[in-house]
Amino acid sequence: MSDAAVATAAPKLTRKDFVSDQDVRWCPGCGDYSILAQVQKVMPELGLSREKFVFISGIGCSSRFPYYMNTYGFHSIHGRAAAVASGLKISRPDLSVWVVTGDGDGLSIGGNHLIHALRRNVGLKILLFNNRIYGLTKGQYSPTSELGKVTKSTPAGSVDYPFNPIAVAMGVDATFVARGVDVEAKLLQDLLRRAYEHPGGTFIEILQNCNIFNDGVWETLTDKATKADTVLLLEHGKPLIFGKNRDKGIKLGSDSRLQVVTLGNGTQEGDILVHDETNRPLAYMLAHLETPTPIGVFHATIRPTYEEAMSKQLEAARQKLGPGDVNALFKRGETWVVR
Amino acid sequence: MGGGVPREKSLGQPRMEEERKGAMRVETQAVAAAPGKRREQRDSVVIRFAGDSGDGMQLTGMQFTTESALAGNDIGTLPDFPAEIRAPAGTLAGVSGFQLNFSSLEVYTPGDSPDVLVAMNPAALKVNIGDLKPGGILLADRDGFDAGNLKKAGYAGNPLEDGSLGQVQVFVVDMTGMTLKVLEDLKLSNKVASRCKNFFALGVCSWLYSRPIETTLKWIQDKFKKTPELVEANARVLKAGYHFGETTEMFAVQYEVKPARISPGTYRNVTGNTALSLGLLAAANKAGLPLFLGSYPITPASDILHELAQYKNFGVYTFQAEDEIAGVCSALGASFGGVIGVTTSSGPGIALKQEAINLAVMVELPLVICNIQRGGPSTGLPTKTEQADLYQAVFGRNSDSPLPVLAAATPTDCFTTAYEAVRIAIKYMTPVILLSDGYLANGAEPWSIPRFEELPAIPVHFRTEAEGFFPYLRDPETLARPWVKPGTPGLEHRIGGIEKEDVTGNISYSPANHELMTHARAQKLAAVAQDIPPTSIRGDHAGDLLVVGWGSTYGSIAAAVDEVRARGKRVSQIHLRYLNPLPPDLGGILRRFKTVLVPEMNMGQLLTILRAMYLVDAVGLNKIQGQPFKISEIAGRILRLLEG
Repeated sequence: MSDAAVATAAPKLTRKDFVSDQDVRWCPGCGDYSILAQVQKVMPELGLSREKFVFISGIGCSSRFPYYMNTYGFHSIHGRAAAVASGLKISRPDLSVWVVTGDGDGLSIGGNHLIHALRRNVGLKILLFNNRIYGLTKGQYSPTSELGKVTKSTPAGSVDYPFNPIAVAMGVDATFVARGVDVEAKLLQDLLRRAYEHPGGTFIEILQNCNIFNDGVWETLTDKATKADTVLLLEHGKPLIFGKNRDKGIKLGSDSRLQVVTLGNGTQEGDILVHDETNRPLAYMLAHLETPTPIGVFHATIRPTYEEAMSKQLEAARQKLGPGDVNALFKRGETWVVR
Repeated sequence: MGGGVPREKSLGQPRMEEERKGAMRVETQAVAAAPGKRREQRDSVVIRFAGDSGDGMQLTGMQFTTESALAGNDIGTLPDFPAEIRAPAGTLAGVSGFQLNFSSLEVYTPGDSPDVLVAMNPAALKVNIGDLKPGGILLADRDGFDAGNLKKAGYAGNPLEDGSLGQVQVFVVDMTGMTLKVLEDLKLSNKVASRCKNFFALGVCSWLYSRPIETTLKWIQDKFKKTPELVEANARVLKAGYHFGETTEMFAVQYEVKPARISPGTYRNVTGNTALSLGLLAAANKAGLPLFLGSYPITPASDILHELAQYKNFGVYTFQAEDEIAGVCSALGASFGGVIGVTTSSGPGIALKQEAINLAVMVELPLVICNIQRGGPSTGLPTKTEQADLYQAVFGRNSDSPLPVLAAATPTDCFTTAYEAVRIAIKYMTPVILLSDGYLANGAEPWSIPRFEELPAIPVHFRTEAEGFFPYLRDPETLARPWVKPGTPGLEHRIGGIEKEDVTGNISYSPANHELMTHARAQKLAAVAQDIPPTSIRGDHAGDLLVVGWGSTYGSIAAAVDEVRARGKRVSQIHLRYLNPLPPDLGGILRRFKTVLVPEMNMGQLLTILRAMYLVDAVGLNKIQGQPFKISEIAGRILRLLEG
């Protein structure tokens, strides 16, 4: 069941309804502020009553998120948000359950729960803030930090090959895989709406700047001077074209690899790949494209959710066996009477 | 162990004598005495079926148990199987055993040592013969003792023939041969046909102890209904074994064990794991809540997951999580959503869950954590029993992290204790650890089936009123915080593992507040203590020696205490269901006895706690062999202590 389908006629809500009374304690200038603002902007527009939203997080800077949302919230333990949220969503499919995690929380200590929640297609809306660094513990490299990264724990540079979060999500057959950027407000809002409407689990990697321990990590993707040439916006049904002059595109080469080509010189728009969110192999290839870096929805497909399948089993058992009779169950099997 | 211990009966005031007098008639089928045979009465018989793990000994034992229960005996059982699913056939590692104590008297344990050993091969003989009582009966399958199997078991000659077995009545029966002969015309493969031989053994034993076989015949019908040729084969072999007993001149005596005097009621056999599952389910139903089990398979706890997975029409969610941590976390998430969350595991899994259990302590949500203990440390002895996770349960989390810890005493007591664990978890908004162990989990005894309507009420209150709501505003009596279902308008709030400000539940790093909240969590446990009923004492309320136990040692201690009391010794027993907090009256009781003995299947964990809490100079009796105490071990220790 999509969360949109459970929406009830709610009174008109505004951003303020989703702002809690707690002071936001992220460092000034942190990318998390923008993400929080987009979430608080989009939530009231979704048509679901505020009390139906639950935000669950693990540990890390991003995981402070639930405290700032005036919804139900659970700040759990390091890496386990997806597991806590799974139990909630499975037993309470009527709720819209959002998981806020980071590259350390979600991909290092909590990697196991993340991949299993995604492959099961539990209807969790997972937001993974990726700043490629450990912020709360003051600056160690993370499982998404690039090779050679010099941090407090890697003075000679990291020798630890990083995860590609989108490729991880694609690899476990997640049904909705997208990438946003903290400062790309409109795109992020669109992705949040899409996630909410998607009937099943969703994974959004949000590229986020940590201005204290990893400032400028995504600069080439966010700097107005460069981003047109470094970022590829994925739009379903539209050709994969980018560049300041909209003159570059992605083509499938004769070697079955993606090629970055320049329009003109015999290459026409008709040669450029058209993005299709339902095309899983294309999404796999795009997941590994580094320059330009794709943002937007890589893949969206529909598969029954875990909680739906489980609810159906419970309902089928009730249909077949009737509501449980505890006394009858007690007497199941061989019994005898002593007088 | 009829009727469920510690049914008030056994743990109650010194009423045990009267209780035995309430004569009961058991509905059972009379078995005619076999012609030409002498019939002798026995009060109690302990029988052990042993064979290769592929020989169907567990099944044979369970069927013999059912026959005995229907014959009106009180019973106690203990399966003992190898950790390997299929160890190489014929080897010592692959021996699987099932012991049953059936009696016309009250049964407390599966019995110290068998009167009868059924050995299907030399390895089974070698592993078990040392336990057989002097003068006991050995029933062996001749065909199982071929040269290959003798060699695998490390026998130079055939012990059935070389007189090396000593004071044992040896009956060697050609069980496999006769099985194959009876099935000759059925055109079964030799392998399939010979696998029926366990029913021959069951048939012989059923005759030998005057058990009715009709129930097993019916069971065969049901079990193999999809393969009619196996119904025919197994039924034929069972009858053949029975008739062999009747007609062979080998057996001059047929034994009879009269029905026991058991409290009136409707009974069924349950293992501890089944009883525990039913207790959780009944409590959730009583509370009117769905049950969510988040679990990861581990021996010996997995059967609870299997059992609860069958109860979907009761609104039971079972979630086989990706790991132990996800098991407990998902259960806690479900509890947050207003259902009763449960997780089940054994010691190694509990170790992984502790951080999440600590979160449950902090966020004060109901959660039941079942630890079906096994031998440790590390992987230890997965299929053997031990009760060495008491420290882990009480002390095994970072910081001051108090939570109630309960322990079940017998297989049927797993029902009562699981029910109580759910009740406490909800009433006090707290995680509760329930300790069982491999011995209780797999052991079975007759369960006096309760009426659901008569079980204690479990009131649940979900707060819906927004006015005056604070997440950590406590009930003045129980100190429970309000339980609010997400989805309730106007009560949106956040909880989490960071220290909470008193009342508001906001994040707080204030030193004074942390101390206040630490005390509040401790006081909640003190509130639970007020809910503990007065401790029952078996025996006099003061005396020379008090045996204090917890968990699955109940039966052995009770039998041992009865034995020494029968000799006029001033010995009493208490058995603790509540291990944290301890019963408020415990200190006073301990002081009324000159000596306090604490038998445990660990190095002395309750002993240490009692010594620390009450400054009592208690002494321990410790057995760490993966096997339960023998009655004689405890009785012997008591007598030695009394002699000083």
